[in-house]
Amino acid sequence: MPLGGVIFITAFIAVFGVILIFLARAIGGMAKRSSKAKMEIYECGIEEIEKKDTKISVKFYLTAILFILFDIEIIFMYPWAVNFRNFISGGAGAYVFVSMLVFLAIFIFGLWWEIKSKALEWD
Amino acid sequence: MSSMGTTGFEITVNLIKTVLVFLMMVQAVPILVWLERRGSAFIQNRFGPNRVGPLGLVQLLADAVKFLNKEDFVPDKANRFLFYAAPVFALIPAAIAYMAIPMSVPLIIGDSKFLIQGYEVNVGIVFILGISSLAAYTILMAGWGSGSKFSLMGAMRASAQIISYELALGLSIVGVILMYGTFNLTEMIQQQQGPLHFTGFGYESYIPWLPNWGIFFQPVGAIIFFAAAFAESNRLPFDLAEGEAELVAGFHTEYGGFKMLMFFIGEYGHMMIASGLMTTFFFGGYLIPGLTPNDVYQMGLNWFGSETGANIFNSVAHFLSYNVKFAIFLWIFIHVRWTLPRFRYDQLMDLGWKTMLPWALANTIITAAIIFAANYFVL
Repeated sequence: MPLGGVIFITAFIAVFGVILIFLARAIGGMAKRSSKAKMEIYECGIEEIEKKDTKISVKFYLTAILFILFDIEIIFMYPWAVNFRNFISGGAGAYVFVSMLVFLAIFIFGLWWEIKSKALEWD
Repeated sequence: MSSMGTTGFEITVNLIKTVLVFLMMVQAVPILVWLERRGSAFIQNRFGPNRVGPLGLVQLLADAVKFLNKEDFVPDKANRFLFYAAPVFALIPAAIAYMAIPMSVPLIIGDSKFLIQGYEVNVGIVFILGISSLAAYTILMAGWGSGSKFSLMGAMRASAQIISYELALGLSIVGVILMYGTFNLTEMIQQQQGPLHFTGFGYESYIPWLPNWGIFFQPVGAIIFFAAAFAESNRLPFDLAEGEAELVAGFHTEYGGFKMLMFFIGEYGHMMIASGLMTTFFFGGYLIPGLTPNDVYQMGLNWFGSETGANIFNSVAHFLSYNVKFAIFLWIFIHVRWTLPRFRYDQLMDLGWKTMLPWALANTIITAAIIFAANYFVL
């Protein structure tokens, strides 16, 4: 891993971004005049509605949980996929292939169950 | 630090190179914005920006000057730290992930070998997928920090959409990994050299007039990957995060001036990653169809008569080849944006979970079965 390079460029971009923000601030200047209406968050001419009054559908939470479950299962397939040809040439192809089919059967059952239980229906 | 060079000179050059790749990305954004505006005008039978400079090319420079002159504004209700930090963080994941994509054959001068990419990561695919999905945090920071309900709802939508399509994206690549048997992008490209050939069942067949590109082995994977990449980079038809008809501008409703420009750089950066990965996985990366890097090197040797000249010619030719393919995919991104209408949110989630995920799954199983059968049975 080129860890040094990653850390270097991350730091560089962070500094670059902060300089850009300060440059824009220095040239454009801070807000010179302020009024209540100006400093409000965006709203179409009615009383502002803040984020703390916003109700978020519980489906987003459910989607995130399901994502974690399925993403971990997909990540498990990566090492299998990268070594599959080596296993075949080493003679363990049939065993590894059938094992993955069993794993995928569980995956597919999970997906089927999730769709059937209407976890993905948005209303 | 060994992969960043062994001598002080090499390390310095490699670090400067990462900065150069980043600056390349940043300066490509005005060109892409210009292309997008002119392209949309072309598609919709308008003129587009054509007043400032030849063909309107200087328009974006003028825009940047205007952005710089905008006053700095933070709403009272915003969390000031998150509000300022989000645009800076928007630049980071896109740039770091793009560095890992090889853009040409290594440039060899004397004893030193310089890769034409930011840095080589051995587990390239996993690195790029992992880093580029950090963009969800940027969007959540912007949405939460703005203190506005439009921003928050846009951010929630965007993150739910990004993680949903990440499944299809990750699964569509499993077929590619099965094909090449490696995570390393450079090795993948090397395997796509030469004419198209299929090996299996004890036979080997060649199609001499086609290059050995991944698209011929993984067409379904390529389509799913490209479609999911649209959702990952929040582009139309999947730009529900900023659907202006319902959410004003989504997560960057409260942003203006230079801070918004930085979000744009991040978004276009993700487009570039998707285009670069499409090129690398399915279209031979930097390879020139019909010529191997060795052929190009020999051509350079004939023309320039020196090894250094031939090496430089080799790298430059492959760099151009990569950029032609890369630009074609960027244009497809722009063309699709101005052609297709937006999805409804439940349709978008249905498409990701109920259509693309099963198709990617089927693609994986069939690919594995064919590879297994082709190597196991000898007719």
